[in-house]
Amino acid sequence: MTITLNGDPYPLDEPLTIAGLLTRLDVDPRRVAVERNFVIVKRDAYASTEIAEGDQIEIVNFVGGGCAQLRRRKKIHRRS
Amino acid sequence: MADDFVIAGRTFRSRLIIGTGKYATFQKMRDAHEASGADMVTVAVRRVNLTDRTKESLLDYVDSTRFFILPNTAACYTADEAIRTARLGREVGLSNWVKLEVIGDEKTLFPDNEALLEATRVLVKEGFVVLPYTNDDPVICRKLEDAGAAAVMPLGAPIGSGLGIQNPNNIRIIKEQARVPVIVDAGVGTASDATVAMELGADGVLMNTAVALASDPIAMARAMKLGVEAGRLAYLAGRIPRKAHASASSPLEGVIGARA
Repeated sequence: MTITLNGDPYPLDEPLTIAGLLTRLDVDPRRVAVERNFVIVKRDAYASTEIAEGDQIEIVNFVGGGCAQLRRRKKIHRRS
Repeated sequence: MADDFVIAGRTFRSRLIIGTGKYATFQKMRDAHEASGADMVTVAVRRVNLTDRTKESLLDYVDSTRFFILPNTAACYTADEAIRTARLGREVGLSNWVKLEVIGDEKTLFPDNEALLEATRVLVKEGFVVLPYTNDDPVICRKLEDAGAAAVMPLGAPIGSGLGIQNPNNIRIIKEQARVPVIVDAGVGTASDATVAMELGADGVLMNTAVALASDPIAMARAMKLGVEAGRLAYLAGRIPRKAHASASSPLEGVIGARA
């Protein structure tokens, strides 16, 4: 199946939970927030949240920034 | 003299809030934060870089036990985007505060006040401590306060412009009427700009570019710390009124050569 991960198509060859996806991506779950189809997934639900075909997953973290920057390309996925 | 800086019941030692963007290296940023004396830093919320996992994380260089983390919604152009970004920022788990930005124009980065007000109402209802970045307009500041903002953050000048406080009178009026802290956010170029903001009565100053892009960010961070402190002290001390003409500061009696 294919999901959209941070705006890009991402193939998954096996069923996976959010926790499994983070492990596969080598992302520390304590430093990120996850959205599945525009709804926040709470950290304690990562292990029980199954990813489904066509899901739009956003994984965000904190980066350097003070105020708005002119470039908009790194923003999170816009609702189409 | 106790001069606490309190926002939403939380006390800060420093009246300087500092950003985390545009530094040449994370190490420089950390040293500048140290030199600034700030105890609150603002951070942006962005997609995790999934293609290059070797990159260091910002949080390796910001000790969240020492610095209060203020997630921001920088580069959001609609209320929806800002609300979503704020929720994600809270979910990271370090703070339910948000420096709320809803930008209305790419060239000036001026806020979209209508959307800002809408996003403020929604996020306050969801339990966020909302600090909105706004115009130096007393009317919108009052509306934001009425909507539940924990502080109002009028700009001194456009973001990253370094122009200093363009409309001192508005900042003074905003402070006069506000029942929440007023934090001048954006526009500071050098230490005297921060001093002016504080002398006008602002409760705090938030800055990023002026420090991060200074030739020596660490020295500038210290200059800003001193500038903010000097401005605050001068405000509390009560300056003399401005007068058009001279007023001698030495006694007129006993000048030598004077005829009795």
